[in-house]
Amino acid sequence: MNARVNAREAILNSVRSALKRGPLDDTQRAALDARIPQHTRPAQDEDLVARFMRKFESRAGTVERVTGFDAVPAAVEAYRLGKGLPARAAVGAALKDLPWPADFEMNHGAAGIAEILSVSPAIAGIAETGSLMLAAGPGSPTTHNFVPDDHVVVLEASRIVGHFEEAWTILRARAEGMPRATNIISGPSRTADVEQTIQLGAHGPRRVHVILVG
Amino acid sequence: MEIRSKEFKERSVFAIHDASLQQALGKARGGFVGKRAQQAAELPEFEQLREEAKNTKNEILANLDHYLERYEQAVVAAGGHVHWARDAEEARNIILDICKRVDAKTITKGKSMVSEEIGLNEALIEHGMEVVETDLGEYIIQLAHEPPSHIIAPAVHKTKDQVSDLFEAAHGGPRKTEVADLVNEARQVLRDKYFRADVGITGGNFLVAETGSSIIVTNEGNGDLTQTLAKVHIVTSGIERVVPTLDDATLFLRLLARSATGQETETYTTISTGPRHADDLDGPQEYHVVLVDNGRSKMLGGRFRDMLRCIRCGACMNHCPVYGAVGGHAYGWVYPGPMGSVLTPLIKGLDAAYDLPNACTLNGRCASVCPVKIPLPDLLRELRHMQHQQDITPVMQKRALNLWRFAATRPKLYHALEQVAARVLSGISRKGRIRRLPLASAWTDSRDLPAPAGRTFLELWQGKRGQK
Repeated sequence: MNARVNAREAILNSVRSALKRGPLDDTQRAALDARIPQHTRPAQDEDLVARFMRKFESRAGTVERVTGFDAVPAAVEAYRLGKGLPARAAVGAALKDLPWPADFEMNHGAAGIAEILSVSPAIAGIAETGSLMLAAGPGSPTTHNFVPDDHVVVLEASRIVGHFEEAWTILRARAEGMPRATNIISGPSRTADVEQTIQLGAHGPRRVHVILVG
Repeated sequence: MEIRSKEFKERSVFAIHDASLQQALGKARGGFVGKRAQQAAELPEFEQLREEAKNTKNEILANLDHYLERYEQAVVAAGGHVHWARDAEEARNIILDICKRVDAKTITKGKSMVSEEIGLNEALIEHGMEVVETDLGEYIIQLAHEPPSHIIAPAVHKTKDQVSDLFEAAHGGPRKTEVADLVNEARQVLRDKYFRADVGITGGNFLVAETGSSIIVTNEGNGDLTQTLAKVHIVTSGIERVVPTLDDATLFLRLLARSATGQETETYTTISTGPRHADDLDGPQEYHVVLVDNGRSKMLGGRFRDMLRCIRCGACMNHCPVYGAVGGHAYGWVYPGPMGSVLTPLIKGLDAAYDLPNACTLNGRCASVCPVKIPLPDLLRELRHMQHQQDITPVMQKRALNLWRFAATRPKLYHALEQVAARVLSGISRKGRIRRLPLASAWTDSRDLPAPAGRTFLELWQGKRGQK
């Protein structure tokens, strides 16, 4: 334990000696803590929803729009049948009260290795890059985002923000604090590690389909 | 990993004559450069972001101790553990101790250059643990028992045929020849590993002091499966990767993917904050961060502080003509290309990597694309200066330089020698080219030397003035 404490002090001291000063005093620390970053945000002049859809679809993601949450189960059902998948999915518990068909088998727990379809709630969409933001929690296990071949994400259109900075504001405002994992997802998994040839479905989902509500 | 940077010249010659390597490098060259240029052109604010990124990194580095302490506090508040490692050995031991304590048998790994830097895999394997690289490129080179040849595309030197061979040997065939089938085969093999893993190790592109989070960016999702499914998640990261807030991380994220792979964004940006919560249904039970110094705090003090701005995008090597000709393995250690030619001598010692700072044409392309504006050619020149001062420049080279200095500081002598050289070289040339030149065979063995015009520039200039 002592060696560990020593390593910490040694590194911090080495940093300070390289900076040719001792530890910062409380006033200096308070000033750094009060700093508010004001970085340039890339300009946007497009409708947020239109931009989100355009960007997300540019990376092989798919998007469909429905009028309300009640229409989500039918959209999931149509997607499932279109891909020829069985009537079963890992579904985030946050979505469990939707009017699902009686014969639709749902797993609200973590996704196991055999899970091939999942339905997750997004807490935000980011128009800047056309990305989804999902927060780990009992209503949205992280394994749902990465294990199945087909990932369906439910996003309320009103939750689409312009820039990443606004998405972070949503995270900071959560009563339960930062989620263990915050996943920004911008399309299906891909790799270009074999001769720079882009191939979808490297390790994560082969397809990501967004159901945009509202 | 053993450093072999002293063999740079031999390895370069070997690389230039390696047909498969040249084929693979040829395919990579255009792609990265063109895609980055397109992304930079499509974002009008790109140059402004580079300037802001440089300035922000400088501010962070000037207060690095503060942000590291704040970061540590936030990690602990989120239920995680922070470990500090002065050098590679200390980092390895910290990680080994964690793995032994949880009786780890299978360890999955997301891509982490710091883990390469500290020689982690060898140490874990030596202690009987199964280590599985999960990034497809890393997986390929692990099967080939090779180090990465590029910091973001570790298997960029491999052709598809070579990957087919490696997979057939490792997975037992039948041999796949299509990229889709190869990727699918790796996907199936690695799935099983993720679910069996006791410990998942990833790097950290950014460490966020505000929230105590580590951020990784991937396209494959391998880092996420690694850290979500293992019982213990260990993050390895250099101390310079801390940023104050999520907004600051965003500044760098806007530059990273565009500079690295020429993408607007990677597929996955993942912010990890501590271990699983009481009501979470998945995620690791333990979350550890190993903060690695390994020479970084020393760099902070001198001329090389600029190097600590590096966000490991790889743009410098993608644009480097030397890297493009010899590939990453010639550099002999973990970090290749221009950034590697600066980092390797600073981390491993000036005399351990003499050739690297000298294997640069000072063309400046690396600096012109660096997202955080590191003056790489200046740093390389500074390293040459230090080599000279510390007397590790080879004797012959020193003598030659001294001779040149003797002449160059005597203009009359210099001009006379120039006139002789211009006439002799012109005289022995054929059709404006010189095919072979004694004492310059390093040049003429692989290409012709363009012959001078027969008279020096000054002679021609004075001749012109005379005409007026």
